[in-house]
Amino acid sequence: MPIRGEILHKNMNLIELLLEKKQTILKKWFDAILNTYPDDTAKFLKKQKDLFANPVGNAFYNSMQAILDELLNKANRDKLSLLLNDIIKIRAIQDFAPSQSLAFIPALKRVVREELGEKIRAAELSGELSAFDHKVDNLLLLSFDVYMNCREKIYEIKANELRNMTSKLIERANRIFDKHAQKSELEEILSESNKLNKKEVSR
Amino acid sequence: MGKFIKKPNDLMQIDYKSPQTDWMDTPADIREHMYLHPTKAKELGAVDFPNIHEWKPADKNWNLPENWKEIVLNGIKERLQKYRSFHVFMDICVRCGACADKCHFYLGTGDPKNMPVLRAELLRSVYRKYFTTGGKIFGKAAGARELTDDVIRELWFYYYQCTECRRCSVFCPYGIDQAEITIIGRELTNLLGLQPGWIGGPVANCFMKGNHLGLEPHTIKSNIEFMLDDIETITGIKIEPTFNRKGAEILFITPSGDLFGMPGVYTAMGYLMLFHELGLDYTWSTYASEGGNFGFFTSNEMAKRLYSKIYSEAKRLGVKWILGGECGHMWRLWHQYQNTWWGPPDFMEAPVSPITGTRFEHASSAKVVHIAEFTADLIKHGRLKLDPSRNDHLKVTWHDSCNTSRGMGIFEEPRYALKNVCNHFYEMPENTIREKTFCCGSGSGINASENMELRMRGGLPRANAVKHVHDIHGVNTLANMCAIDRASLQPLVDYWVPGVQVAGLHELVANALVMKGEKERTTDLRGEPLPQKSAQKSGGKEDAKDV
Repeated sequence: MPIRGEILHKNMNLIELLLEKKQTILKKWFDAILNTYPDDTAKFLKKQKDLFANPVGNAFYNSMQAILDELLNKANRDKLSLLLNDIIKIRAIQDFAPSQSLAFIPALKRVVREELGEKIRAAELSGELSAFDHKVDNLLLLSFDVYMNCREKIYEIKANELRNMTSKLIERANRIFDKHAQKSELEEILSESNKLNKKEVSR
Repeated sequence: MGKFIKKPNDLMQIDYKSPQTDWMDTPADIREHMYLHPTKAKELGAVDFPNIHEWKPADKNWNLPENWKEIVLNGIKERLQKYRSFHVFMDICVRCGACADKCHFYLGTGDPKNMPVLRAELLRSVYRKYFTTGGKIFGKAAGARELTDDVIRELWFYYYQCTECRRCSVFCPYGIDQAEITIIGRELTNLLGLQPGWIGGPVANCFMKGNHLGLEPHTIKSNIEFMLDDIETITGIKIEPTFNRKGAEILFITPSGDLFGMPGVYTAMGYLMLFHELGLDYTWSTYASEGGNFGFFTSNEMAKRLYSKIYSEAKRLGVKWILGGECGHMWRLWHQYQNTWWGPPDFMEAPVSPITGTRFEHASSAKVVHIAEFTADLIKHGRLKLDPSRNDHLKVTWHDSCNTSRGMGIFEEPRYALKNVCNHFYEMPENTIREKTFCCGSGSGINASENMELRMRGGLPRANAVKHVHDIHGVNTLANMCAIDRASLQPLVDYWVPGVQVAGLHELVANALVMKGEKERTTDLRGEPLPQKSAQKSGGKEDAKDV
């Protein structure tokens, strides 16, 4: 005879199951990203709650929480893009290959299966699970765009820095060049008018 | 890290877990975008650096001199005898971990070797092995290790991932100063000819031509004339400063970055406008033309060697005292090293402001006053006519530069000046300012372009606090008083907090400064249109509205 909880789960859809286990899923998902750091660092990133004493851990946790909420809600592309940016901006300049940087996203599928696998099977929600997987796949694709934006930004910044170092020099060179150009133009006008004057006089 | 740093053979066996080996058994992975390129041989030769040779940081073999081990061990021995602080810091750490999570590089990289305690341990372990009985007998069990070329690579890699900012020392119960350890660590690797180009180049320039950028006298003069043209366009006032003028009351020295780089030039325009308005009896020097000192990032002796020209020039010109521009490490050097190097100079007087009569007692030994102190004093005495509404398009926050704030305690003067020249000022959170300020991540000579990723990691905690006030208050201007900050914070905020510009204190002062005989200003110093004008007001305002 099934116990009451199982009967209850039989009538729940995947979103409801995910919402019920949201905190556990979030915690495990957060652990998945922390596990890519050395042990001491992972402990620190997890433990320190001050936003300014631990900018990385807090950015990860807060953004992952909001991403999870958004996935279970409307999964708005623009919102997700901004939230991903807060995490990937950090990962993109740390010691990770691109695949390592973004590995936390497919990890969400594993976490959901670990946490809800049996219930999903019992409630026969494999169709809904496929739909959720599809959302996570799209999130991964979106993360490629965000990652590339971050990398391109780094190179743009490098180029800008070099440009700023010399921009005043170029501006000055241009100004001197313009002065010379104006001067020679003036000389040309004067010599033309002299010629005209001479012609006038000779007439 | 954009490149594929590891190549898994089997796609199904990718392990994203970080390797968990003991730090001593984890050699440094010297990665591109994280290190500075080596100095060119000719630059090292100009200032007699030892063991000049060709090498590449990413190579396994650094072509170290044959007797490299002897050089390093003798170098440690010499410094243990010479610097009591170094000896004490090698012995007294109890590994309490209070410093561990306070370093901006640790917060940004997550690399345990960037915990100050472990960064120090990289060198301490060698000290124990060769200079302590316990280390000699018990070896690894006593935290000691052999000096190998891998250890040298590791020291070099991590000691240029420390900006000598001293934030960790604020939290250390013993007051251990990691900056001192980093300084010695860099000196030791320099003995082997492992000098980065971004530091060695400016040092050679400064030694040969008087400033880091290698600007020659006529270039310095023409750069300033170029700024004067801009000032005349904006204010209608023609300024005629003097150069190398004997008999001037004050010698003005500023980092050469102010004469050339963006946005430093706007700060330099600010100095010129302020001094003109005051009718200050001062002169620029085209010989002692560098307030900064990259020699400080190579060795104590080199720092002294590069700065000796400033006092020589002050003596030659016969000035009474020296006014220093907006610089960071210049301040630590003048007030914490100068007395040890030379003692108080007897050919100058304790600085007295000719405008307000204020005697700068704290500078009576070094005879050098920071311009933030000078300007705050002017405002306090109501000697400047200011129209802060000209900065109304700016929502400003203040970055305490490590050297002037944590190093020297200059907290209030720039804030006082800022609140009088801007109507919209917002502080960043308490644990990110004043003595707990987060470094820009590019100080101590690591503000090159090739290591941009390192700089972005190191500056992350600073940028995070800027982002906070940007999101909450709409802050769009990050003001500061350090040339390295002005150059390096802009790329930092461009990555982390787009929409914020970096400005020097005196750029904002000059925007607000109502000058005698000026035409109605329509733009700020950057040529940006001024906001809607409101009533002018005098200096001496105590608090800004939005603080």
